[in-house]
Amino acid sequence: MAAIRQTHPLLRAAKGAALFFYLAFALFPLYWLLKISVTPDRLIYSEGTALWPKTTTLDNFRSILFQSDFLSYFANSVTVSLGTAAATTLIAAGAGYAFSRFDFRGKRIVIALMLVTQMFPLLMIIAPIYKIVAAVGLLNSLTSLIITYTAFNVPFATFLMQSFFDGIPKDLEEAAMMDGCTRFQALRKVILPLTLPGLGATLGFVFTAAWSELLFALMLISKNDAMTFPVGLLTFVSKFSVDWGQMMAAGVLALIPSCLFFIFIQRYLVQGLTSGAVKG
Amino acid sequence: MTTTHAKATSGETRAWRSAYWRWLVEPYFYIGPAVLTIVLVMLVPLTIGISYSFQSISLLKPFATSWVGFENYAALWSDAKFWRALGNTLRWTLGSLVFQFSLGLGLALLLNTTFPMKRLYQALVFLPWAVPTFLSALTWAWLFNPVIGPLPHWMAALGLLSEPYNILGDPALAMWGPIAANVWFGVPFFAITLLAALQSIPAELYEAAEIDGASAWQRFTKITLPFLAPMIAITVMLRTIWIANFADLIFVMTGGGPAASTEILSTYVFNTAFRKLDFGYASAIAVALLLLLLAYAVVLLWARRRFVKL
Repeated sequence: MAAIRQTHPLLRAAKGAALFFYLAFALFPLYWLLKISVTPDRLIYSEGTALWPKTTTLDNFRSILFQSDFLSYFANSVTVSLGTAAATTLIAAGAGYAFSRFDFRGKRIVIALMLVTQMFPLLMIIAPIYKIVAAVGLLNSLTSLIITYTAFNVPFATFLMQSFFDGIPKDLEEAAMMDGCTRFQALRKVILPLTLPGLGATLGFVFTAAWSELLFALMLISKNDAMTFPVGLLTFVSKFSVDWGQMMAAGVLALIPSCLFFIFIQRYLVQGLTSGAVKG
Repeated sequence: MTTTHAKATSGETRAWRSAYWRWLVEPYFYIGPAVLTIVLVMLVPLTIGISYSFQSISLLKPFATSWVGFENYAALWSDAKFWRALGNTLRWTLGSLVFQFSLGLGLALLLNTTFPMKRLYQALVFLPWAVPTFLSALTWAWLFNPVIGPLPHWMAALGLLSEPYNILGDPALAMWGPIAANVWFGVPFFAITLLAALQSIPAELYEAAEIDGASAWQRFTKITLPFLAPMIAITVMLRTIWIANFADLIFVMTGGGPAASTEILSTYVFNTAFRKLDFGYASAIAVALLLLLLAYAVVLLWARRRFVKL
């Protein structure tokens, strides 16, 4: 009966307007990015602020891909983000599993440590990290970025993985262990296949976080051939500040990996949080 | 007799050993790598960072490193730029938070109703959250640029600006640029969190209230808000700390300028470390920021215990 409940037409119109407002607010900046990236250079000054240019071109993308260093920035960022995502997920899966299944001495201390790392300003450690990385000779190397980003992301990823493990009944691996598996075998053969979606979501979160990190990359990388995408783009912006079309084409390219992962994980976003809220 | 006894003992030993392994050693095998990474890459540098704030340590003067006690803090106390950055941090955090929260709450309430193509809609309005921060910053900086962006022209047409110029270059208005980008980027986060909380409110409560003749507004203020309150309190507190620390948007959009009008404490830390290479002073600012945030958290937790009975 609730379905045929009448809503006031004015109320319905207001809701429609609100829906439209949020959609426009969310998408307009991205639309603009795309629009300028396909606007031919000669039209930028005359039609920079028009809603859609008279003619479009892919020249900006072509020059970004083939006549600039962006492919190498892109490759560096992919290496760093994939390396960070893989290392973090592996470490966090272990820690999340321990939090979910064991009651051990020092558990509360470890949780407190992890919470502390989420609260203090990360910029506090930018100077010490620079000094340490310089001392071990890893400045301008992607390894240093992977190690730092992994540490930054482990606490959050651990809590995420713990919530996924909590959703899997303990009986499953206990049955396997009863049948003679060690805990590690049970984890590998029984639990791991069940938590693949969780592993995927964690990989995605960490990948996007590593993909967008800027300040530590700026500090630790100064050589052009080791630059990640954010650093490369920012350097490009400060050097060629009028090549609008090319900058925005690079921006559109930087958007692609994050959007792919987002489409993949957004399904879990509300679900995961909702189940957490119900439980907790 | 003796053999069975011996057997029993060895069985017991084995059982004891396996219990020992399972409860005293095995957990650390799983948690170890995480603890090791965090301690080595975050907590050790954090301690070193705090010690830097008591040293004179600058990359430009590599041989003049020495312990200076509270000298950096004394300099900080009389540094007008620091106090200005503190005020800017408050403006930045409060401005971003108010809009992020109210728009996020509105979006969560909308998404808690039914309408056609909701899944697609939800994916699209959450998209800004997935955009890398440096890119959000650049995109908004470009939107505010009068040559290629529409915003100055729109604001001039609405009479907000006398002529279409770049507000990022105007010390009086520049802070609104990064705030706009931050609101755009942060609304999905609040919407997701609040939506999750909304969906955990039992539907029976609304049905009962409706039967008793409660209006929509009454249902909102008497059921929805009280149920959301704990979630709102914890989210706002964590988000405040996060926003106050968040330097990327401002650094990319204005670099703290013009005339330090958008310099907040965290960009001041970064600019001092990255541009001036003065690690000692940068660490002192960072410690001050940490202490302020700690004080804020303590006050808020105290107020919550004192005034909200949950």
